[in-house]
Amino acid sequence: MPSFAKLFATPWIWSFLGALIVWLAAVIFTGGHGAGGMITAALSLAVFTVIVGLGQMFVITLGPGNVDLSLPANIGLASAVAMKTMDGQDSLIALGLLAALACGVVIGLANYALIRVLRIPPIIATLSSSFIILSTDIHYGRGLQIKPPDSFADFANVQFFGVPILGLFGVALAVVAWAGLQKMVYGRSVLAIGQNMRAAKLAGIPVERVRLLTYTLSGALGGINGALLAGYFRGASVDIGNEYLLSSIAVVVIGGTSVAGGKANVPGIWGASLFLVLLLTMLNTFGVSAGLRLLLTGLIIVGVITAAGGHKTGR
Amino acid sequence: MTSSAPTAAQSRAARNRARLLRTMLPALSMTLILLAIAWLNPRAISYFGFSLMLNLAIPIALATIAQMFVITINELDLSIGTFVGFVGCVTATWLHDAPVLGVLVLLASIGVYAGLGALIHLRNLPSIVVTLGMSFVWQGLAILILPKPGGAAPDWLKGLMGLKVPFVPFPIVAAIVIALVVHFGLMRSAYGTVLRGAGGNPQAIGRAGWSLLKTKVVMFALTGTFGVISGMALIGITTSGDANIGNGYTLLSIAGVILGGGEFVGGRVSPIGAVIGALTLALAASPLLTFMNIPPDWQVAANGVILISVLAARALISRKGA
Repeated sequence: MPSFAKLFATPWIWSFLGALIVWLAAVIFTGGHGAGGMITAALSLAVFTVIVGLGQMFVITLGPGNVDLSLPANIGLASAVAMKTMDGQDSLIALGLLAALACGVVIGLANYALIRVLRIPPIIATLSSSFIILSTDIHYGRGLQIKPPDSFADFANVQFFGVPILGLFGVALAVVAWAGLQKMVYGRSVLAIGQNMRAAKLAGIPVERVRLLTYTLSGALGGINGALLAGYFRGASVDIGNEYLLSSIAVVVIGGTSVAGGKANVPGIWGASLFLVLLLTMLNTFGVSAGLRLLLTGLIIVGVITAAGGHKTGR
Repeated sequence: MTSSAPTAAQSRAARNRARLLRTMLPALSMTLILLAIAWLNPRAISYFGFSLMLNLAIPIALATIAQMFVITINELDLSIGTFVGFVGCVTATWLHDAPVLGVLVLLASIGVYAGLGALIHLRNLPSIVVTLGMSFVWQGLAILILPKPGGAAPDWLKGLMGLKVPFVPFPIVAAIVIALVVHFGLMRSAYGTVLRGAGGNPQAIGRAGWSLLKTKVVMFALTGTFGVISGMALIGITTSGDANIGNGYTLLSIAGVILGGGEFVGGRVSPIGAVIGALTLALAASPLLTFMNIPPDWQVAANGVILISVLAARALISRKGA
């Protein structure tokens, strides 16, 4: 069956398969109860990982050493900015979203400025900026739990026949990202730079402009994610984005994007995000302790990487 | 390289000067911070003051050295922080209650690190992701061993970390010993050169007949070893364990290596610089800032600012030398 062979050769199919397997395991354990509910919850939660995962994917695709470690701090600050701007009023929702977006864009621009002007490796640049963002957030948010306007929180939790509106938003975003990556000059430039920066430069690609755009994009997506998270969980907090440092990188790699750059995969981001969220759901339904859950999550991530790995990679 | 007006000898001299300046940069930045402390609070520059300020510097320096080993071979360990926490939990429980079991578990964890090195090399895996997964594993194990903060450090360890050396505070003595031991092992020994070569030019090392697999295994085992020592030292100071105690060390250790003049690729690292980088971060972490009356909100930011300014200075020097 050549079509099957082709399907299984695509790197992203494995992440969806993994998601399906952990979901089935959880459903069998509960005897079929809550199977649909699990998917609904997973669709909502996975979206947050998808949003930052897409940003991280573009950054990582730029080539070895490119990574955005400032996402968690970015999400935290943007969540506070959004909630403070909205101030609990429905009329200010759009302004709040815009403020979160602007906050993310500024962070992305600052990251790029550090990388470009000071020639700092991206890992250290985004790490240092995350320290500063974190402090800003602690100072600005004052550790307060700022509540979102009710209608924004309700909106973030709305479902159509079990399909959360956030899930639809995530799918739409992924389609746009896919088009941007595969069909637009911008995406092709990112891929070219990741494959060989020197060759890309010699071919006339505006390398620095593309890198600027990419870090800004990652920052902007982090900002949006912060606002949506604060809406979904009904409140902003400093550590709301903490888990997205690891998960944003993990979904990129599990989803079939090369860490060496130059090879990206958008559907894989969705598959890997669903896999991670459903994995957690499965372990929760099994009723394992927090320690065991972390241990198993780690072992499964390492196992999946080992099974899927083997591409040529720089780091 | 520009080959215009200045002669070759002149430009070589300029390059050497830039290189020297670059090498001195870690020490220079630490001196600046010390001067700032001395200016703000002269009494801090004393035996007691240094013992206090550098209290937690030793575990940070050890974790930084651990990170440096993997960075030497172009890898990165994102799990070192939770690993230090795991070692801390083992130290505060099993090593205290059943020393033989404790020692065996710690040795086995070094074995796991060596195994990771082999896995990463054989399957050609990105170390960022493997160690990311391992960070969950170590943290999970730490919570399973010690669900709530507690336990107790073995007495000999407490005694060792609380050692009083005449004239020079113990943390400084320990830092010098660590820096020199690793310097001679990695920078001066024959096999150390091979290990660094495995980061600088793996093909050349492979063609010269050295096993690249072995270099990865050795370097990861060294990272595990120094991670273990770091966790034990930390518990010797804090005297009890906590599963989250080392979480901040992952980022601190990477920052320390870079601050100390190390680079992410090419096997260019400096053990002495890394220890100085770690001490700088430890000094900057809190005492200096309390003297400067910087509110606690902004203490984390100060670390970021120091990193950025040192790296900016380095970029400036490199650009002049190029």
